[in-house]
Order: sequence, then C-alpha cells, then structure tokens
Amino acid sequence: MDSTRFSADRPAATYLPAGVRRAVKIVVVGHFGVGKTTYIGSLSEIEPLRTEERMTAASAPVDDLVGAGAKETTTVALDFGRITLSEELVLYLFGTPGQQRFVQLWEDMTVGALGALLLVDPARLESTFPVIDLVESFGLEYAVAVNSFDPSVRYEESEIREALDLLPDTPVVHCDARDVASSAEALKELVRHLLTRKG
Amino acid sequence: MTRPSEDDLVTGDFVRSYVITGGRRLPSPTDLSLHTLVTLAPDRELPRQASPEVRAIWDICGGGYLSVAEVAAHLGLPTAVARLLLTDLAEQGHLLRRAAPPAAQAVDRGTLEEVLHGLHTLFG
Repeated sequence: MDSTRFSADRPAATYLPAGVRRAVKIVVVGHFGVGKTTYIGSLSEIEPLRTEERMTAASAPVDDLVGAGAKETTTVALDFGRITLSEELVLYLFGTPGQQRFVQLWEDMTVGALGALLLVDPARLESTFPVIDLVESFGLEYAVAVNSFDPSVRYEESEIREALDLLPDTPVVHCDARDVASSAEALKELVRHLLTRKG
Repeated sequence: MTRPSEDDLVTGDFVRSYVITGGRRLPSPTDLSLHTLVTLAPDRELPRQASPEVRAIWDICGGGYLSVAEVAAHLGLPTAVARLLLTDLAEQGHLLRRAAPPAAQAVDRGTLEEVLHGLHTLFG
C-alpha cells in the first residue's frame, strides 16, 4: 500500500451493481501505522480510496474553520474500501485514525456504523489505549484483531486482554492484515459478536 | 511497521473549500452520511451556472450508484464539501439517493446475518 496508490490519477469509478439498495459500514480503527490501510486493501473489491479531511489540530468542527486563517489546520487522510456482499447489500470499510484530536472526524465516521474492528500491534499496546477510549466513548461495539507484521513478537491472548482491560466477551483474534482470509476471518468474528450483542 | 501512506498529516489550505461552498455552513454527518448511495436522476439537465466541482459530480454520478465517500475521493474533495454539493443537487431534484442507512442501534439482526453470510460466500 504505497502512497502512489492514492496519487492524483485516481482509479476510475467502479459503480455498484444496479440492484444494490442498502449500504452498511464498519470502521477499522487503530493507532498510527498499525495496518489499517493494508487491512482495507486486503478486503476491498475496489482500489482503496482516500479523501483528505481538513480540521484544526484542536479538533473544532470543520464548519467553524472556513475563513478562519489564523488557526492551525491539518489534513488527515481517510482511507476506505468496498465489499459488495450480495445483489442488494454493500459494506464499506472506513479506516479511521485513532488520535483524540480527530474527534470531529470520528463523529462523521461512526454515524450509522455497525461496529468497529480495532487493530492492535502487540508490540505497542500502550498506543491502543487512546483508541479504545474513543471507541468506547462513541458507544461502538468492537472486536480486537491483533495484527503483527513481525512473527518474532510473541504474545498471549490473556496479556492482551489484561493490558487493554477488555470485557470477557470481547473477541480477540489474530490477524495478518496482508492476508485476505485472515482479514476476512477477523471481520466475521466482529459480525458474530455484533449478532451476539443483539441477543 | 510505519507506512508513510497512513494517517498522513499535511498542512491544509482552506481557501479552496471556502470558495467551493460559498462559505456556507457544512452539513452535519446525519444529513448525508458517507455511505449513503447516490446517483444522478434520469433526464436532468446540468444547471448552466454549475461550478466545475458540480460539473465533475454530475459526470461521476451519471454512471450509476456510488457512495458519498466514493464521489468525494474520486473528485479529490473533502467529504464535508462533497456532501454539501450533493445535498444541493438532491434538493434541486437532480440526485437520487437510496434510503438513508439506519443508525447502528436500529440495524436489525437480519442485516447482520446478511453481512455474515455475504462474507462467508465471498471469503469462505
């Protein structure tokens, strides 16, 4: 997933099949560099797309910014992909940066989301704390996918559960974000969890 | 592993967005969410005073349904700006949209089962 994938010559639009009537959304969250973009690229049927969202570092609403030149502004990349699940249902995966200062973006991202898949790097568990806080403060159901690019990093599920202070029924699965089957399994685990929560 | 393409931070420039939207208040996420599906209504004519951005939206939405986020990404617009322009077109009757997606709390079991079934079918 190098940056040229998101360069100015964007891929041509691939339209949805005419029968698709409904769209659902799952957000893929995690700290910087944990593999969100890679994960989305593994599962998306279209070339992953990117928009650039502008906001103040102080995370004021975007609409307060227009014309306010003195404030410090940043652009944060929002990557997403698409999976047409049936003749009439499509799923979008949105990669959402985990920083607290992008809380406005989180409001946009999480409206109507089915749930969140939280990608975790076992070597950087402490970087996940603020992301979990955000997920919980937005009331999102979630599953944890432990994504390790480095097979030498060993971890026990119990260590992850304890470090992240997870509820007993929160799923924790291993996931290689580069691998389609592994990435799909993590997503299925999340959806099974959402079904359980529906009772 | 740090990937340079992820979560990039660059300095933003608001002038362009300001001009495109005429400095109007941007819509709230519930007005037209990122995964709302939109397409151009049949037999509509492009307004003569249409801006380049509206023309671009007109072109891309003419081919079938896409999500609001896809329209924004293909045109290189921030999603809030794309949403505003799409909302205008919808209010003028130029745009069709699929029923707004339900809030997550309102998603029924059946939809979740469809998602799971679809994932099984596609990925095993």
